[in-house]
Amino acid sequence: MTVQLTHFSAALVFAIAASIVFGITHRDTARDMVRYGLYCFAMFIGGVIVAGWAMWLVRR
Amino acid sequence: MANPTSARVNSNPAKPVPSSSVMAVVAPAVGWFIPGAGHLIQRRWIRGLLLLISIATLFVLGLMMQGHIYKANGGDILDILGFVGDLGTGGLYIATLAMNGGQGAIAFAIADYGTKFMIVAGLLNFIAVADAYHIAIGKKL
Repeated sequence: MTVQLTHFSAALVFAIAASIVFGITHRDTARDMVRYGLYCFAMFIGGVIVAGWAMWLVRR
Repeated sequence: MANPTSARVNSNPAKPVPSSSVMAVVAPAVGWFIPGAGHLIQRRWIRGLLLLISIATLFVLGLMMQGHIYKANGGDILDILGFVGDLGTGGLYIATLAMNGGQGAIAFAIADYGTKFMIVAGLLNFIAVADAYHIAIGKKL
């Protein structure tokens, strides 16, 4: 069985998994874990979007 | 200032926590073999399950994307690092090798993403193992 993810959906899955692990392992309280996980997720996805637009500009 | 480590170890020096040193060895070992299990055996149920789901999902998706799985090698440094990353997933990696899973060569871009998914799953598990150890020694709650 194979899976064909788009580039963005692959980045989305990666961001979700990495953010969960970062949140759990880098903070002590449940509230801080959730906040840091959401922060990491936003940074991952924001980085993808910024990098995407940067490549679009370079290509033009 | 409260220090969780000193509170746990030194609050009653005459009666140290006997399982602490054992758990400091067992939790990382079990956590390496089964992602999240190092937290589960210390009764951090939600954290353990979330770690298990996250890391296992990343690894299995990497396999389903036909990613390349690295084997023990003494060649290119990137291949060695890839092997170290894959090895971090512990039992998942061993089971994949036993079932002869993983692709030998990367045929297209998504398969390369799959390769990276599996390596990152292993690296994330190394972080989870360190976290399980910190919980076991009382450095983290």
